[in-house]
Amino acid sequence: MMSIGSVLVSPRRKARARNNSKRLKARAKLRTPWLFISLCMSPWVLGFLFFTAYPMVASFYESFTRFDLINSPTWIGLGNFRRMFFHDSLFWTSIRNTFWISAISIPLRICFALFTAWILTKPKRGRTIYRTIFFIPAMVPTVAATMSFTYIFNPAVGPINKFLESFGIKNPPLWFMDPRWSKWALIILGLWGIGDTMIIYLAGFLDVPKSLYEAADLEGANAWQQFRYVTLPLMTPVIFFSAVTGIIGSFQYFTEAYVAAGQVLDYSHSMYFYATHIYNEAFANYQMGYASALAWILLVITLACTFIMLRTQRRWVHYPNGSLFK
Amino acid sequence: MNKTSSSTNLSAISRDWSAEARKAKFQKRRRRILFGIANHSVLVAMSAVFLMPLFLIVVISLMDFQQASRRALWPHPFIWHNYLEVFQAVPFLHWTLNTLFVSVLTMIGTVVSSVPPAYVLSRLNWKGRQTSFIIILATMMLPGQVTMIPVYVIFSRLHWIPSFLPLIVPAFFSSAFSIFLLRQFFTTIPDEISDAARIDGCNEWQVMMRIVVPLAKPAISAVGLFAFLGAWNDFFGPLLYLVENKNLWTLGIGLTQFQGIHHVDKNMLMTASALFMLPVIIIFFFSQKVFIEGVTLTGVKG
Repeated sequence: MMSIGSVLVSPRRKARARNNSKRLKARAKLRTPWLFISLCMSPWVLGFLFFTAYPMVASFYESFTRFDLINSPTWIGLGNFRRMFFHDSLFWTSIRNTFWISAISIPLRICFALFTAWILTKPKRGRTIYRTIFFIPAMVPTVAATMSFTYIFNPAVGPINKFLESFGIKNPPLWFMDPRWSKWALIILGLWGIGDTMIIYLAGFLDVPKSLYEAADLEGANAWQQFRYVTLPLMTPVIFFSAVTGIIGSFQYFTEAYVAAGQVLDYSHSMYFYATHIYNEAFANYQMGYASALAWILLVITLACTFIMLRTQRRWVHYPNGSLFK
Repeated sequence: MNKTSSSTNLSAISRDWSAEARKAKFQKRRRRILFGIANHSVLVAMSAVFLMPLFLIVVISLMDFQQASRRALWPHPFIWHNYLEVFQAVPFLHWTLNTLFVSVLTMIGTVVSSVPPAYVLSRLNWKGRQTSFIIILATMMLPGQVTMIPVYVIFSRLHWIPSFLPLIVPAFFSSAFSIFLLRQFFTTIPDEISDAARIDGCNEWQVMMRIVVPLAKPAISAVGLFAFLGAWNDFFGPLLYLVENKNLWTLGIGLTQFQGIHHVDKNMLMTASALFMLPVIIIFFFSQKVFIEGVTLTGVKG
C-alpha cells in the first residue's frame, strides 16, 4: 500500500536513508507492494505451474515411456522415437501433408492478405463496409465453416460444382472427396477466413507515413515503385510476424482437417496432418507416451523453423528503429 | 518595354497557365474517378466472393431435401419451417445452452483473472517484472499439444472427464494472450493519473479498480469478447472433454455428429450451421470497433 508519506519524503530523511543502506533496502521493500503484487500474479503463477510447467516436465518424461492412462508409465528409453522414425508410416504421411500445406498456404495467405488489405486502403468511402464483409468469415465458428464448405463443395449436392459445370468445366474436381484436391479445398477454406491477418496488414498499411509517399512522388516513383520500395519494406516486420505465427500455427492445424476428414471419410489420409496424428495416438489409441514424444518433436520442429526465420530476418526485415520489438 | 505591355503579357501567361491547370485538374479528376470505379468494382467483386459461402448456406438452409439434392439455386418454396425443425429434430437448444454456459463462464474467468496480472505487469515497477512478462510471451508461443496430455491426465485423475470443468476452470487461471492484450493497453494510460490517486490516499487495489479498469474498458471488453468467442468457436476442448456424455455436447460437437442422426435431412446441417454462426456475426456487428482494435493491438486473434 502506498501512502502519502512515501511520496512526500522530507529531504533530510532521504539523506539519512542514503547513508544507511540497510534502511534504504527496507524502504525499497516498503515501497514495492509485494503482497499486492503476489496476490495479483497468483492466478497466472498457479495456472503456469498447473497447466504449463508441470505438464511440460511430465510430457517430457512420458515421451520416454509407454503409457496408456490406466497403468503407470513404463520407461522404454528412445523406443517411441525409434518407432516414430522407422516403424510409423502415418508419422511420415502426416509430416509430408503438413509441410506440403504449410509451404503452399502460408505464402498464399500472406499474398492474399496483403492484396485484400492493400486494396482496402484505396477507397475514400465505404472502407468500413468492405472491411466488415472481408472480416466476417474469420469470425465464423471453424466447425460451422468446415461443415458448410464440405457441403457446398460436395460434388453431388453442392452448388459450387454446379457453377463450375455451368461455366463449361467438364469434370470439376471432387474437392474434399479427392485426395489430390482435398488440401486445396482446405486452403480455400483457410483463405476465406483471412480476415484477422488482413486487419493487421491494413493497420500496417495505414501506419506508413504520408510524407514518405510524398517524397517518393517528388522523386518520380510510379505506383509500383512506391509499393515496392516504400510500402513493402515498412510492412516486412508485420509480414515476418505473421509468417512466424503461421508456421507455428500450421503444425497445430487440426479442427478444419479433422472435421472435413470425418465428413468425407478420408481413407487415403490426404487430410491427415501432424496434429491429427498426435490426437489419434493419444485419444483414439491411448498411446499417451508415444503422443507425448510426437508433441515434443512438434515443439522441436516449431522452434527450429522459428529459429531459421529469425536468422533470415536480418536479410529482409526492416525495423524502423533498428530493434526487434518495434 | 512599357508597363502596360508587360502586364498584358503577364495576364496572358496567367490565363494560359490557369487554362492548363484547369485541364490538368480535369484530367486528374477524371483519372481519380476512373480509378475509384475500378477500385470499387474489384472490392465489390471480392465482397461477393467472401459473402458467397454465407449466402449459399442461408439459401440451402431454406430448402427441403428434394430441392437441395437437385442442387436448386433458389429455394422454391422457402422452407422456413427448417429453422423450427432443427430445434425439434436434434437437441439444438440444449447444445446452444451448453455452449453459452461454457462461453460465459470462460469469459468471466478470463477477465477476472487476467486484469490483476496485467495491472501489476504494466503499472508497477518491481524486480522480476520483465522476466515474468517474457515467460508469459513464451507460453503464448508454446504449442498446446506439448502440455495437452498431462493436463488431460490431471483432469481424468480428478474425475472431471466428461464435464464442463476442464473447459472452465483453466480460464480462471488467466490466459497469456489476455494478459498481453491488457498490458499493451494499460501501458498507454499516463502514470500521473494513478500517482494522483495514490496521493489522494488510494491503495493499489483501489487504483486498479477505480482508475485503471474504468479507463481500460475498451481493452477489457476486447479481452472478454475474445474469450467468449474463443470458447464459442472452440472445438478441440469439447472434443477432448465432453464427447463421452451427450448431455454436455456443445454446438461444435453436436454439429459434427449431425449426420449420424438419421431422421435429419442433410441440408438441415446448413440450417444448424447458420444458427451457429448467427450469434457470432451479430456480436461482431455490435462490437466491431472493440474487436478490430483488439486484433490490431496484439496482432493475433483470440
